[in-house]
Amino acid sequence: MTTFSGPHATRRLILQGAASVALLGLGNLPFGPARAAANDKYPEDAFKQKNEADAIKALYGKTAEPSDKVKLDAPEIAENGGVVPISVTTTLDKVSSISFFVAENPNALAASYRIPDGTIPAVANRLKMAKTTRLTAIVEADGKLYSATKEVKVTVGGCGG
Amino acid sequence: MASSIRVRATSNGDITEVQALIQHPMDTGLVKNPNGELIPAHFIQELKFECNGRDVFVADWGTAVSKDPYVKFSFRGAKKGDELKISWTDNKGGSDTTTAKIA
Repeated sequence: MTTFSGPHATRRLILQGAASVALLGLGNLPFGPARAAANDKYPEDAFKQKNEADAIKALYGKTAEPSDKVKLDAPEIAENGGVVPISVTTTLDKVSSISFFVAENPNALAASYRIPDGTIPAVANRLKMAKTTRLTAIVEADGKLYSATKEVKVTVGGCGG
Repeated sequence: MASSIRVRATSNGDITEVQALIQHPMDTGLVKNPNGELIPAHFIQELKFECNGRDVFVADWGTAVSKDPYVKFSFRGAKKGDELKISWTDNKGGSDTTTAKIA
């Protein structure tokens, strides 16, 4: 690991900053916000969106269509909203990312996974849910978005102390 | 200090299954402590798995991922004995890295 130090540090940072701004600017031109999920930067803006539609828009820049090729596995009733096991699998080809949205949480986007070539398009994790909510999984495959939703009843919310 | 990351990677022919468990508070920034003060947000933002010089899985996480997060996925193209490198960074600049041999 290298650390920046000495009088050159700021100059180098400024140059780097300028270069990446220029690159970002160019890169965004032909693609628009849809690139957000595909490039390898943390999607800060998408995580800040309050409702689900805004978060999907910020992350992918388009809308998803429901598909029975996306299988979302979540409990009908979650005893503890702090730890809800969720998994998704899909039979779709050319999957590049999988994201989870919890509609009733303070911020809808919960997690987004980048799936490079060679990685099986399936993921299991555990999420928090504030209350009974709609859960949406979105799979990005071949540039299109496919979704599956499920209602999860939460008996004890995951946000309380 | 012991690593915050516990990982098990098992090869099953062509496919390697990875399960990881990370110790992290994953504070949302919305919960109050017993004194009524907000506990500031503290959560893992990015978790990355690398094998043989390429990323095989990258997670971008928000505060809605449960405390002590767990994740499971599978990938192709690795064999027994290959090394899997796991690293995470959180919103306060904290990070940890570990490597695991695929069994």
